[in-house]
Amino acid sequence: MVEAYQRRSALNHFGLAARANQGGHATAGVILGESAHRTIINIRGDANDAAFTNAVKSVTGVDVPTKANTVNKAGEVSILWLGPDEWWVVTTPDRSDELVPALRQAFQGQHAAVIDVSESRTVITISGAKARDVLARGISLDLHPQVFGPGQCAQTGMSKCNVLLHQTDDKPSYDIYVLKSFSDYLWQWTEKIATNFGLAIGA
Amino acid sequence: MTAQKNRLGQGGRIDRTKPLRFTFDGKIYYGYQGDTLASALLANGVTLVGRSFKYHRPRGILSAGAEEPNALIQLGLGDRTEPNLRATQIELYDGLVAESQNRWPSLTTDFGAANSVIQKFIPSGFYYKTFMWPAKAWMFYEKFIRQAAGLGKGPTEQDPDRYDKLYASCDLLIIGAGPSGLATALAAGRTGARVILVDEQQELGGSLLSERTAEIDGKAAADWVAAAVAELTAMPDVTLLSRTVAWAYYDHNSVSLMERVTDHLGPVAGANQPRQRLWRVRAKEVILATGAIERPLVYSDNDRPGCMLASAARTYANRYGSMRGQRAVIMTNNDGAYRTALDLTDAGVTVFAVVDLRSNPQGELVKAARAKGIEIIAGHAITGVKGKLAVTGVDVMPLTADGKGVTSASRHIHCDLVLSSGGWQPTVHLHSQTRAKVVWSDDIQAFVPGDKLPGQNNRSIGGAHGVFRLADCLAEGHAAGSEGAAKLGFGGQSGQAPTVSDEPAEEALLPVWIVPSDKPVGQGGKHFVDYQNDVTAADVMLAHREGYRSVEHLKRYTTMGMATDQGKTSNVNALAIMAGLRNVEIPSVGTTTFRPPYTPVTLGTFSGIDKGDFLDPIRKTAMHQWHEQHGAVFECVGQWHRPYYYPKPGESMHDAVNREVKAARTGVTIVDATTLGKIDIQGPDAAWFLNMVYTNAWTKLEPGRCRYGLMLGEDGMVFDDGVTSRISENHFHMTTTTGGAPRVMSWLEEWHQCEWPDKKVYFTSVTEQWSVMALNGPLSRKLLEELTTDIPLDDDSFPFMSFKDGHLAGVPVRIFRISFTGELAFEVNCKPSHALHIWRALMQAGEKYDITPYGTEAMHVLRAEKGFIIVGQETDGTITPYDLGMGWIMAKSKTDFLGRRSLTREDTKRPDRKHLVGLLTDNPNEVLLEGGQIVAHVKDKPPMDMIGHVTSSYYSPNCNRSIALALVKNGRNRMGETVYLPYEGKVIPARITEPKFFDLEGKRING
Repeated sequence: MVEAYQRRSALNHFGLAARANQGGHATAGVILGESAHRTIINIRGDANDAAFTNAVKSVTGVDVPTKANTVNKAGEVSILWLGPDEWWVVTTPDRSDELVPALRQAFQGQHAAVIDVSESRTVITISGAKARDVLARGISLDLHPQVFGPGQCAQTGMSKCNVLLHQTDDKPSYDIYVLKSFSDYLWQWTEKIATNFGLAIGA
Repeated sequence: MTAQKNRLGQGGRIDRTKPLRFTFDGKIYYGYQGDTLASALLANGVTLVGRSFKYHRPRGILSAGAEEPNALIQLGLGDRTEPNLRATQIELYDGLVAESQNRWPSLTTDFGAANSVIQKFIPSGFYYKTFMWPAKAWMFYEKFIRQAAGLGKGPTEQDPDRYDKLYASCDLLIIGAGPSGLATALAAGRTGARVILVDEQQELGGSLLSERTAEIDGKAAADWVAAAVAELTAMPDVTLLSRTVAWAYYDHNSVSLMERVTDHLGPVAGANQPRQRLWRVRAKEVILATGAIERPLVYSDNDRPGCMLASAARTYANRYGSMRGQRAVIMTNNDGAYRTALDLTDAGVTVFAVVDLRSNPQGELVKAARAKGIEIIAGHAITGVKGKLAVTGVDVMPLTADGKGVTSASRHIHCDLVLSSGGWQPTVHLHSQTRAKVVWSDDIQAFVPGDKLPGQNNRSIGGAHGVFRLADCLAEGHAAGSEGAAKLGFGGQSGQAPTVSDEPAEEALLPVWIVPSDKPVGQGGKHFVDYQNDVTAADVMLAHREGYRSVEHLKRYTTMGMATDQGKTSNVNALAIMAGLRNVEIPSVGTTTFRPPYTPVTLGTFSGIDKGDFLDPIRKTAMHQWHEQHGAVFECVGQWHRPYYYPKPGESMHDAVNREVKAARTGVTIVDATTLGKIDIQGPDAAWFLNMVYTNAWTKLEPGRCRYGLMLGEDGMVFDDGVTSRISENHFHMTTTTGGAPRVMSWLEEWHQCEWPDKKVYFTSVTEQWSVMALNGPLSRKLLEELTTDIPLDDDSFPFMSFKDGHLAGVPVRIFRISFTGELAFEVNCKPSHALHIWRALMQAGEKYDITPYGTEAMHVLRAEKGFIIVGQETDGTITPYDLGMGWIMAKSKTDFLGRRSLTREDTKRPDRKHLVGLLTDNPNEVLLEGGQIVAHVKDKPPMDMIGHVTSSYYSPNCNRSIALALVKNGRNRMGETVYLPYEGKVIPARITEPKFFDLEGKRING
């Protein structure tokens, strides 16, 4: 087993942990951070087939969301709707080795696919009263609370990167899933914008 | 404090407790907070503010808004200087530095004014007629003409300011915060709808800010505006944006706004804020409450400094108190100008007379003016304006019975202000930008918005669609707001519509498109139509005589409407004059289609912060920091930054690449290959699908094995290539070229979704799930052995074109035994979070073998030595597998695959197509230029018959000579022939060979 120090998050080089200790969270308009190494498993299947939805539920404990751009959550596991036949099972780090085989096993005999994509993305977290102001600089979607709230997600563009945006609470807080190769750019871009709204780095 | 000689002692919306110092053409003046540059200049008695574009005629301020054609200003200094800004829209700040434009050496003495003397010889179309013949001579003339053209000067330094841009969404976007727009916002906002209200001026209120006597809901107009703004400000879902121009209206209610955030504070005060902000708004409904623009009358010498729109004078008097002591004559064809006469009189301006083109005006406003003692000269016209640098007086003559000429004696009136009003043209620009039509209204003699287009949800109200009475504007605004909100599902109360009492009725206007003079048009004085581009009524007549009679021809021939103001004050006048000459209705001459921007937009707002490193994403691999720390020079490959080569101290690129290339064939090397595209393919029909998208056969590939594949377009041309591996019976891992990754993913999805939706297969991009580092060289196996315990590396256990899962340096990896160099090679795939750990472990363990990291250039040389193609370099979308000599990869057994049928076309079967060949120069040190053209026979000079071009060319240290790949017509049948590459000054001969230069037997693949 590899030691933790050998595993680097995509934004490791920005020294975010040290910056998180500098405080300022109470007065910040926006708090940015990285939620690294999250388990993300892409699943494909037929949501109208009870065998598929039952299989997902049996392994994850979560109902497959069938409403577009919504998220179902139970305990530590969330399932994010990506498309009519595509979802992400998202949970705490290092659970792919357990969940991927379990899902494959549960899908035996069905036309369904499981692929671990945990390592392809990192998650930039953004939270605070000014979070919407920051996101409005890069995302064309309407994020007004009447339109987009906690438990909703969307694949969209942010600045010039493809992201999956998931609102997690009404502070508001969002998870921004971004391909790791773009994360250095998107972090710097977002931080530059956020600086104008009172920035602190989250732990 | 220096006196402002024309400033009223009280009144207006300026703050007399906040004096501001500014300079114009180096001279110091003072104005007040709330002034525009134009109102401050007028308050100081400055009427000469610029020179016209072509004739360098002295010009003054015509308008009080966005339509200003004359008062164009060079604002600010150094890196913040900005040309062609309208003085009427520049808010005054302390320390403002303004310069007039298009004059040398000074505004009052301008040598360019010589153009005015020779103006008879430079009519419209002069440049086209004179300098375009002979055609070649334009190259000579152009630089002189370009130097004479243009108004202000752009800065030469980088823009020091910060810009911002954002997206916004709302239920109602209301453009224009005059009476109509404010009433809309109040009605909609009260229901709880999300409203954005924008106005280009510094304050909301529009025309109400220029009112002296009007009352709404029993309040003075200004007080009603203040109350409305206060109510709107308190609404949480209403956004009020002043200093914000809606400059573009695109499809599906997408409107672009430019907010001037700190321009009004000057360059220093706003340093912590962006200078300007671009808003990209998506609205459910757009309310166009953009008002109307007054048309000037076209009369003789109507461009003298001191000639102004009647409504502008009213604004300067009422809103800015900056017209004290002036002496005015007003010419009009409508009742509205009498408001100016009344208000100016109250503001201390002497109105000598209103010259009314109508013979017997009897409207209520006319009567009010007469009662105030203002002389009304009906049935007369101003036939000439005296004064050169400033108006000194006008000549007035009676109109003939038909109104087309003047008669009898002229009367001279001394004055320093000549105001005119030719009616009002609704500001239909944004409506027109949606590509909806405008239609002619006989009632108001102007274009009004026609039907909106399907897909656009908008509504023009108030002045913007030709409704000018205040009570009507307020009622329409209220209806638009309450109905708009209700339609969108907001059921809340929208309150009472604002009311107005005692609004005087007005009589109809009399259309007069050219005010006659005592001389024919074009002789004596000049009747300007387009002030900014110096187009006169005589020019329109010339265009008519020469056959340029449709609006599109008229516009291009005379340049009418093509200046920075886009003809806001001139288009209708020009069309009407042309209609009169053609004796047709005005709409049959045509209308101009307005396009963005409504007023000029700075480039800075488009970029926002997206400049420099933010211009485009830079994609980095997990090993990027290592590459940086070890001196890599980077190359852009799409958005990726990849190591190009790793120079050691003192090494040239040539030295470094040679060292890297040699090391790959003698020791062990490592390259970051993460950027290759990777696609996970799962499902019972996965193998069937691969058979369709690749040219070769995939059914029999065993799990654990890899195969190279070539993808073709439907046209049979090579589209992408890569190695695909079978993970299990129904599970494959495909790799693509770096640049082709998104294209291939879309290609697979398109065929699956559109053509073969019944096939059970799923595709998922996993490009970034894996970091990849390839070890190449005879010592690569030896190095790997030191770091793994669970992967056998011998040829029998781990043959070429297979893969193994296991651990390396303690972490999980998948290793592919594939090679892009022809050497013994292993591609290590791992989690990106482990990549740096493994890379470092390999570098550390490899130190004793002198492990050499190499970049993309060495990678290219190594594959070229072996004749491996790069899609996009050896191919260009016109090359088949047979052209590349890759017939071996075309499955004979398959009945179909994408592109197969196209390969049976006559042209794709031709035996003499361009073929991929090698080229060896006679001189082994001569490296050909990539892209170099190849001929079989050299002629003295071009053109020569080209038979192909060089696709790849390098110095190969392993061959001790230069090598090149080329596409040459019938190349495979020309082996051994000498061809020629004519360069500037020399011809390089080269011999055609097989496209392979090193390890011809392919023995090195097993080390």
